Amino acid sequence: MARLSRYREHRFFRPVLLALGLFLAGALFTAGKAAAESMESKALVISADKATLIKEGKEIFARGCSSCHGLNAEGAGAAPSLIGVGSASVDFQVGTGRMPMADMSQQAVRKPPVYDEYETAALAEYVASLAPGPKALTNEEIAWERDGNAASGGTLFRNNCAMCHNLAGQGGALTQGKYAPTLMGVEPRHIYEAMITGPQAMPVFGDKVITPAEKLDIIKWIKEVESEPSLGGATLGRVGPVTEGLLAWTLGLGALIGVAVWLTSKAR
Amino acid sequence: MSLQPIQDPGLPTHVHRKADTDPKAAKRAEQQVALLFLTSALGTILFIFSYVGIPQDQLIFLPILGTTNAHQLFLGLGLAISLFFIGMGAVHWAKTLMPDHEVVDVRKEQRSKDEDRAAFVATIKEQGATAGLGRRTLIKRTLGLSLGLAGLSPLLMLRDCSAELPGDELAQTNWRAGTRLLTDPGDRPIKPGDLEVGAVAQVLPLLPAGRKRTLNDIAKDALLLIRIRPEEFNLDTERLSWTYQGIIAFSKICSHMGCAVALYEQSTKHLLCPCHQSTFDVTRAAKVIFGPAARPLPQLPISVDSEGYLVASAPFNEAVGPSYWERDSE
Repeated sequence: MARLSRYREHRFFRPVLLALGLFLAGALFTAGKAAAESMESKALVISADKATLIKEGKEIFARGCSSCHGLNAEGAGAAPSLIGVGSASVDFQVGTGRMPMADMSQQAVRKPPVYDEYETAALAEYVASLAPGPKALTNEEIAWERDGNAASGGTLFRNNCAMCHNLAGQGGALTQGKYAPTLMGVEPRHIYEAMITGPQAMPVFGDKVITPAEKLDIIKWIKEVESEPSLGGATLGRVGPVTEGLLAWTLGLGALIGVAVWLTSKAR
Repeated sequence: MSLQPIQDPGLPTHVHRKADTDPKAAKRAEQQVALLFLTSALGTILFIFSYVGIPQDQLIFLPILGTTNAHQLFLGLGLAISLFFIGMGAVHWAKTLMPDHEVVDVRKEQRSKDEDRAAFVATIKEQGATAGLGRRTLIKRTLGLSLGLAGLSPLLMLRDCSAELPGDELAQTNWRAGTRLLTDPGDRPIKPGDLEVGAVAQVLPLLPAGRKRTLNDIAKDALLLIRIRPEEFNLDTERLSWTYQGIIAFSKICSHMGCAVALYEQSTKHLLCPCHQSTFDVTRAAKVIFGPAARPLPQLPISVDSEGYLVASAPFNEAVGPSYWERDSE
């Protein structure tokens, strides 16, 4: 204490203390508000009835989505029609923050979602009410941890997903700026919904081609890769020979050249 | 103007190191070498400690490496430090403190002395006579036979370089008229209704009963099934008749180098080969629109059988995969 109190005389003591206090208060408020809001919105989803959800979803749609997708979700120009895409598509696109799009680039990118869980559910209910389509899921509905088989999932992944999403699910490039995103840190329900809806450049993997049980296998395998420790040292992005070669040729060979120069230089 | 030959500059004058003249510098170099050796000793201690003290399944999180195995990491690190710093210490010692006089050592003549050569020949002759090489003809001949035959065996193995050619094996796949399409993996037959518009399926043929699928089979038979809206096709009537309700089937083996072409962009209807970025347009019978592939992917004619499952209605019209000498393709 005595040592700490020496700093009280310092001319920066007060401003620093003030900044620290303000920062702490702000951080606590933000964290608390976010937690409260997320709990509140989850509780709302559970308690709200369908008709209210559809009504509110329609309002949110008119405000946030209709400028591109049209007032009746009929689509226009680059924005596709949303009639018949189902609530799964909305939950995936809005729940991962891809929609609303930040700009009209080649591909919608994953970002923090704009709408909270309640608003997303309302939008999904509204779009689902236009025409039947694949249904959105909750994380609780898909028991991948219990029913998934990682070994079978690995086989399925290598056959159906690895060509675009990379053998370790790290993502990869497509044409003209499009890319297959990384699958690390994606909500299990979003992985499932992506398979049944085929968002953007991704094709659809229907329930007859990859059965629901097999979809759980794939999710289990992805989650297993995500939590796998890197026993071989640095993973270098798990993208294979490109980064490995680059590092070997620059760092490895560079170090060898350094040693060779030191070995042959004359001591002074 | 006459050219002056360049004078031999001789050896450069010897420059003494600091440690040779300044005892303080020598002391400092000595300490540096000792420090390097001590570091090596610490590395060995780390190695022993990791071997004994760190459990084999102990994981540790490091900023760049991520979560990794501590036992292995510190074993390797300890051994690397231990060996590298012994070497570094030895080199530093030699460079700074050991004598650095420059000595010229003239090369010796390679040829042995005449008397040594004569003695060698005499020994060989004498020993040969004692062993009776000239007398025992049976041994001499059988040895000759065995050595000769042993020399022949590598020549025999060269035979396989030319004799058998694959014949028409490369042009044949297991797809025949009426072969059912099965999901890969899973081996389930597929109905047209199983594929939504925008869907793909990885497919292999149903093999005759009793025949087991080998990797060679998969390498030739792999098929990609894609469903788009029928009006999006831009095909001639023959090729259009090879599709079924918007479902089209292509060989998955790239016509360039044989990689698996399976990156399908639903939005553009393009198929991409991951190896050399050849791009095929699904709506125009896999026409090459970018990249090194010279030919479109072979298309498999499909229809449904009496039970409503998708089947091949004919074999591939050409050999799948990359070019080879006898390949018959337009």
